[in-house]
Amino acid sequence: MRHLLSAADLDRTQITEIFDLAEEMSLVQGRPVKKLPALRGRTVVNLFFEDSTRTRSSFEIAGKWLSADVINISAKGSSVSKGESLRDTVLTVAAMGVDALVIRHHASGAPWQASHWIDAHVLNAGDGTHEHPTQALLDGFTIRRHLRRSAPDLVDFEGKTVAIVGDITHSRVARSNVLLLSTLGAQVTLVAPPTLLPPGVDSWPVLACTDLDEVLPHADIVMMLRVQRERMSGGYFPTPREYTIGYGLTRPRLEAMKSGAAICHPGPMNRGLEISADAADAANSLILDQVAAGVSVRMSVLYELLGGAE
Amino acid sequence: MLRSSFTALRYRPEVVPRRLLRRPEEDLLSGTGAPQARPGDPTPDVGTGSSDSRVVLDADQIARACARMAHQILEANRGAKDLVLMGIPTRGVALAHRLATVMDEVESVKVPVGALDVTMYRDDLRRQPTRPVGHTHLPVEIDGSTVVLVDDVLYSGRTVRAALDALGDLGRPRAVQLAVLIDRGHRELPIHADHVGKYIPTRTGEHVSVRLAEIDGVNQVSIEPGDPFRGGT
Repeated sequence: MRHLLSAADLDRTQITEIFDLAEEMSLVQGRPVKKLPALRGRTVVNLFFEDSTRTRSSFEIAGKWLSADVINISAKGSSVSKGESLRDTVLTVAAMGVDALVIRHHASGAPWQASHWIDAHVLNAGDGTHEHPTQALLDGFTIRRHLRRSAPDLVDFEGKTVAIVGDITHSRVARSNVLLLSTLGAQVTLVAPPTLLPPGVDSWPVLACTDLDEVLPHADIVMMLRVQRERMSGGYFPTPREYTIGYGLTRPRLEAMKSGAAICHPGPMNRGLEISADAADAANSLILDQVAAGVSVRMSVLYELLGGAE
Repeated sequence: MLRSSFTALRYRPEVVPRRLLRRPEEDLLSGTGAPQARPGDPTPDVGTGSSDSRVVLDADQIARACARMAHQILEANRGAKDLVLMGIPTRGVALAHRLATVMDEVESVKVPVGALDVTMYRDDLRRQPTRPVGHTHLPVEIDGSTVVLVDDVLYSGRTVRAALDALGDLGRPRAVQLAVLIDRGHRELPIHADHVGKYIPTRTGEHVSVRLAEIDGVNQVSIEPGDPFRGGT
């Protein structure tokens, strides 16, 4: 594997390898010396053209725990704010001799484009409304851990139903998760108001539905997506309150969930909008497990890409 | 063929002294010496072709070697107090469990057994495609304890070097010892084993294959000719 640009780059075996390695990596967090020497002498640059807390910091920690040198470059305070093009910025950074470039960009396809300009490994950390493969990996990893509590030998998600609820149209998390979870054999059901279901969704390997209450009792995992603030006045739904009534994970809906089902949210959450405080803090909420998995999964991905010979 | 074989050996500086010391055996083993064999020479009972392998330990011999090593470890440490067995995956872990079983049988002590994966600490990570990482399991805190590293074959010593680094990140044992089923020589680092099941002289090109019932379904140690350009395990 040279780059990680899309969840579609990974087959079931590769995903399972990344998950198994992430399990090992998660043990490092509990050790007195939280460091492995695997990427000693390698340089990883986080090139972030969009704001991010958890993705950037978990990539940074992941790189550092593997002994790589990690440098953060954000658009604010860099030459990007002086009008430098993406190509020039990427080539400049690559010219310094980096081994991997972690890119987040507001334009879909920017990391793919960058991977054609430079020799370094490129990791997509979220591009526009396209994909966010490491988020899907950590979601899948968290889900596997949850399912293994009741079935320790579980290897894939055959026979499991995952409902992804919310703004599917603008969600790169949803796109990557659809690809990754269906590769693992899960039945993915998308739930959204008709305005937020993307055109062409019938060609995806999913079921689509506009009624959350119909799907909820059958889902093993309910993944809530963030309602992005800029969409609230975009005419996609009448008011935030109506969105909550139709598609929010409220307390009554919490009780309608299948027993043993769990809740995911990629964060940051809008409490009271797409997810109620009861649901966010429920015993079957995996939201904090997802954050904890972020570092382990990204360590695993960095090792897979950078750990061997060029 | 003769020429290329000599070239291969000459270009591995670490082999040269041994080769000079053990030339007659070397010639018989390599097959390239066949034309020089004099009448009356015994037919070697070892592999002369590229597909032959010879068994050096069978199931009973492995069991005896393990039993002796377990006794030696207990004797050298005056019992099992503060002892921790850390196997290096994959077969080192199985051997560590066997040693612990023997110790339980002879002294009725439960010695903790763990696994120490050293992949990330290897010095040859960059020389080949990304290696799969094994499982590391610490059965108890190792600070102040005597850790016995257990592996199947001791060869260059590089795995043990990596294991010492890995162990250092997990804690500070009072002492570290090394137990191996097979010591095949050809050390590249100043490392020696404290407890050895069997010394087996080999050539660098050969591959020592340890097969254990837990993993391979059979208990057997054999030497395979292997590729002279590639080091064995």
